[in-house]
Amino acid sequence: MRLAEYRYRTVTAVRGPLLFLARVFAARIGEVVTIIAPDGRRIDGEVLKIDGDLVVVQVFGDTVGLDTDRTEVRFTDVVKLAPLGLGCLGRIFDGSFRPRDGLPMFTPERWQPVSGAPFNPVARAHPEEFIETGVSAIDGLNTLVKGQKLPVFTCAGLPARELTEQLLRQARLPAGGPFVLVFVALGLTHFEYQHYARTLAELTGEYVAFVNLADEPVIERLLAPRLGLTVAEELAFAGGLDVLVIIADMANYCDALREVATAREELPGRRGYPGHMYSDLASLYERAGRLRDRRGSVTLLPVVTMPEDDITHPIPDLTGYITEGQLVLSRQLHQLGIFPPIDVLPSLSRLMNHGIGEAHTRADHRDLAGRLYRAYAKGRELRRLEAVVGRDGLLEDDRRMLDFATRFEQAFVHQGAARRTIAETLDLGARLLAEFGQGPPC
Amino acid sequence: MSGQVISISGATVRIDLPGLKVGDRVLVGVQRLPGEVVRLHGAQAIVQVFEENRGLGVGEPVRDGGGPLKVVLGPGLLGQVFDGLQRPLPELRRLDGAFMRRGSDPFPLDLARRWTFRPGLAAGAAVAPGDLLGTVREGHLDHPIFARESGEVAWLAAGELPLAAPVARLAGGGELPLWQAWPVRRPRPSRGKQVPARPLVTGQRALDLLFPLFKGGVAIIPGGFGTGKTVLEQSIAKYADVDVVVYVGCGERGNEMAGLLDEFASLEDPRSGRPLMERTIVVANTSNMPVAARESSIFTAVSMAEYYRDLGLDVLFLADSLSRWAEALREISAALEEMPGEDGYPTYLGSKLAAFIERAGVVETAAGGTGSLSMILAVSPPGADFSEPVTQACLRVAGAFYQLDTRLAHRRHFPAINWTQSYSQHADPAAVCFDGDHPGWGEQRRRLRELLQREDELREVAEVVGMEGLQERDRLLMRTAERLRLEFLCQNSFTADAYSAPAATLQRLAAILVEHDRIGAALDSGLTYSEALAREVCDAPR
Repeated sequence: MRLAEYRYRTVTAVRGPLLFLARVFAARIGEVVTIIAPDGRRIDGEVLKIDGDLVVVQVFGDTVGLDTDRTEVRFTDVVKLAPLGLGCLGRIFDGSFRPRDGLPMFTPERWQPVSGAPFNPVARAHPEEFIETGVSAIDGLNTLVKGQKLPVFTCAGLPARELTEQLLRQARLPAGGPFVLVFVALGLTHFEYQHYARTLAELTGEYVAFVNLADEPVIERLLAPRLGLTVAEELAFAGGLDVLVIIADMANYCDALREVATAREELPGRRGYPGHMYSDLASLYERAGRLRDRRGSVTLLPVVTMPEDDITHPIPDLTGYITEGQLVLSRQLHQLGIFPPIDVLPSLSRLMNHGIGEAHTRADHRDLAGRLYRAYAKGRELRRLEAVVGRDGLLEDDRRMLDFATRFEQAFVHQGAARRTIAETLDLGARLLAEFGQGPPC
Repeated sequence: MSGQVISISGATVRIDLPGLKVGDRVLVGVQRLPGEVVRLHGAQAIVQVFEENRGLGVGEPVRDGGGPLKVVLGPGLLGQVFDGLQRPLPELRRLDGAFMRRGSDPFPLDLARRWTFRPGLAAGAAVAPGDLLGTVREGHLDHPIFARESGEVAWLAAGELPLAAPVARLAGGGELPLWQAWPVRRPRPSRGKQVPARPLVTGQRALDLLFPLFKGGVAIIPGGFGTGKTVLEQSIAKYADVDVVVYVGCGERGNEMAGLLDEFASLEDPRSGRPLMERTIVVANTSNMPVAARESSIFTAVSMAEYYRDLGLDVLFLADSLSRWAEALREISAALEEMPGEDGYPTYLGSKLAAFIERAGVVETAAGGTGSLSMILAVSPPGADFSEPVTQACLRVAGAFYQLDTRLAHRRHFPAINWTQSYSQHADPAAVCFDGDHPGWGEQRRRLRELLQREDELREVAEVVGMEGLQERDRLLMRTAERLRLEFLCQNSFTADAYSAPAATLQRLAAILVEHDRIGAALDSGLTYSEALAREVCDAPR
């Protein structure tokens, strides 16, 4: 522990978001610094690398206007901490935890490092409590449970925002307990954000928002999700609340990560993204969960726009390897006017099996979901065959399956803005199967 | 000896502490974060720190940790859950709470736990390393305690004693404890390797019948996300016919580990009737835990697996996933600014992986018995592209390849093992072994493969002419092949079907083939396909 704040005017270089300093005494890795630009502007930064008395600082803001003569850097001797307390509820902050709703900063009750600490794996409780989202394609076939991390994989131009907003409005726990929402906007346009802001304002429950827009510092995109998750963990595990965290859009986070890695002259990996992106994403996603001996939960729904609609692109690929499944939006379904355009075939909820059945939803849920899925998959496969041999070249049974697939998309997946209870979803599914002679085996 | 921190870049720290060797353990900073020396430069050493090191400052003290990174081996490992450095996670939870704090370092085994020792020789006997001193009862097995020094036994314990107490004293005054420490990076020695010859029954129909593995063999399971690697690994962990299972969650999901621990605590081992956890050691280093500890986790785990192998047992080592280990290696290598090879992986990826996989095998133990260590390793190729370096490096040394197919997974065909691409070098000799116990195994296996192969060819034709355009014989074949896929190769891990004993496997296959033959005979007798099928549905004994 150093006794005083240290101030330096020893900047030797500025490169992208990085600041290089010389002759620094006893710096700490991850230490927070305050940079005072020649015009008096104050920007936060963090120590990235120390080599003897040479220090590399990552600047959380714009480095335009910094120089090597007059720029002052103050070392604070602490790592990045987030202010915590119930005063944050109902507030909107920027990517550095400054209020952006015009109100004064709340009085923090305590401070915690933003990087968090990993759960001890044996302290985790396995997620198995059903969350009713009111969306049939999710509740029926890709059930979300408390403490799960389930991303929405979307393509440019698809209504991921509309789906997320619908989830924000509709998601509820069967027991009826309150959901606290933590919303993290990363690199969103003003247009998108205005919609989200309206939905937030109309919510009946509590929320906290961290907003970094497309024209705001890129580097804050690395910080904002950590602030959001630190707040979420506090609300969940100290406050005993059930927290739903929505982060949109993780593609912007990954691009920010690539930008910093390149400035640090790290070796680029696939598509220029750094080799440590998997571990970095895991350090965010893995903060979702439940604990054995405590109430409260953190459920995470990141939105990931797949560049070039490509699910094998590193961003969705690495995300899919960490999260417990994915909801995949489809351009074809969107073209057909189906909302939400969730393609249930590549979608998956890995924790579904534990969150459905008699104790959670309904005894016939698992069987029904399996039969719906198989029938739809069969119909979709036959569409390819139909394209080659024509409808007349198919057996009668196969023609029926083909019709089922279309009906399933239009009646089950498509629901517009309506909210369906789990019972309505399951009844609808059973009705569709019966209509096409796919009822329960006798 | 004590030195200090000179520079810090991520988890890579340069220190000035003379007298260290590569591989030595050091304690870094005031929080005494454990680290391993990876490179030496004069009196300076580069250290890979095993814990999150935010807040670590230059100038902080560094201490020698006393030799290389070690694991503790002895009774009490079974049923335990460790992190990648063999710290007992339940104990850490008791000490630090639900989140991992830094710097805690409890002893891996419970030193106060009492064991009942049954001496195997009398005081006065001369022993050499590898000689049996006696046994303690650990769960479902008798855990032999071997001498590790030679000399004359002056005193030997009997009855209950805590793990901390010596089990024997030698005439020269040396004490033999119940436990020992072993450097994780060094393979444990044996009297030599033997040729694997006993099949490993996994209870997975597709694996046991099509691609069986011998005990002591190595299989890899590569598959994109959502193809069911973890579920398959866990099913094998539950039902494989081995004495001890070592399961490493290497850089994977925390919720999955929680699910596994819940399930293993509540499920019974079908052979011994005792909780499954009693035969299992879990090493959990989830994806958000420090990367360097993830790299060492597979070595920690394999050392424990070798220890039980050396007791003359059949041990199965499961890792999920080896790709996360390779990525940890890549991150460390990049931090050291080494010249990268393919996809940024260090060029020594292949040799390091080969040396690790070669720790599997059947050995003659020091005590003269036979022990086996089999490995089934999940691989997570980016973008499900199997040409990537980790899959390819594994293929050069693994004897079996269970390729998981994204297309099958999307059809909910689980386990999504692609039957045309997968292989096992042990398949044919292992099938001969199965055939000995279950007559007809080899023949049915041959027919299954032939039918699946024919279906593949016919499918192309059917896509052009439609099913109606196929000959009746071929329509029958397509029908049978579909049944084989849905009712034989598919296996639900969440129902009673999760385990299929070899006899049940063979019976299920035979039933489908018998029906195929019956309808075939009806076709031969002049009936049309629909008539033959209708007769089958109405009359056939089910």
